[in-house]
Amino acid sequence: MANILIVCANQPIATTIARLIDKIDDWHASIALSLNHALENCYAKTFDVILIGSGISQEHEDILRLHLEKLNTKTPVVKHYGGGGGLLYAEIYQALERND
Amino acid sequence: MCLKFVATKEKKIMAQTVLHTANTRGAADHGWLKSFHSFSFAGYYNPERIHFGALRVLNDDFVTGGMGFGEHPHDNMEIISIPLEGALQHKDSLGTTATIKSGEIQVMSAGTGVYHSEYNPDATNPAKFLQIWVFPNKRNVEPRYDQITIDATTRNEFVQVLSPNANDAGVWIYQDAWFNIGRFDAATTKTYNLHKTGNGAYIFVLKGSIKIDGQNVGTRDGFGIWDTEKFEITASTDAEFLIMEVPMEF
Repeated sequence: MANILIVCANQPIATTIARLIDKIDDWHASIALSLNHALENCYAKTFDVILIGSGISQEHEDILRLHLEKLNTKTPVVKHYGGGGGLLYAEIYQALERND
Repeated sequence: MCLKFVATKEKKIMAQTVLHTANTRGAADHGWLKSFHSFSFAGYYNPERIHFGALRVLNDDFVTGGMGFGEHPHDNMEIISIPLEGALQHKDSLGTTATIKSGEIQVMSAGTGVYHSEYNPDATNPAKFLQIWVFPNKRNVEPRYDQITIDATTRNEFVQVLSPNANDAGVWIYQDAWFNIGRFDAATTKTYNLHKTGNGAYIFVLKGSIKIDGQNVGTRDGFGIWDTEKFEITASTDAEFLIMEVPMEF
């Protein structure tokens, strides 16, 4: 099971992305709508991929990466583009391949 | 992919090229939608074909009459649609309702997020269009929409339909990209000069066949060239093509 955290400030888009991820066998999506929510998730659980969606600033993304370093996790953090399913699967496949 | 030397007066630059023939594209058939993907998209995943520089999506879509894409989201992407035949009716969460038809170009900067739908308003005849996505040079911008009519009469010249500049010809996007359409009579030759160092060009042939620096490129083939300042296009037949110049690193 690949656990994927979507960090996205736009709730409708985050929900759409999660629905698309959950359609794939062995993939499970969690949603964080803010940096703080993302940090809570990352301290509670290890994820296989973290997707950075819309509305998340570079500053917040950098803070998240620093915390992941502290947690000593090699979870790939990838920027999600497009908002829907067009690029989503390639982004996750690529990240999972890097993580292998 | 191949390498070749391009001679200039000042220096020799090693141009790099890649040819994607039409029959090697990803294909999806959803009944109402037939789509050919030059790069990985949706269920088509080819790690060798993820993008060409900032050009991420080039979909060659065929939508049957009266059908279309229901409301769906986009974010952080420059989305360009070029109808080739027929029309598409567009509605989005910005309040835009518009119909775009052959001879026009539409651009949407998705930025922080926008929902839209696209339908073929003609109940009987299909719509054919190119859907092109370019990575933006700025994330989380305010979403915007624009469409314009493009010059469909000029022949044997490059006609600019997109640039990074709001006051330049064509639509504009958040990226150092330039798109040109060429409609060449057979045997016409023109040199395309790239606008910016570090940019490459991906040429997609819509009709006929051309040669790019001697390489044959047929209908619906895609040809990428970079690490060069210019290249020469010769129409082998009457031909129509789209040149998408984009940053190779972004």
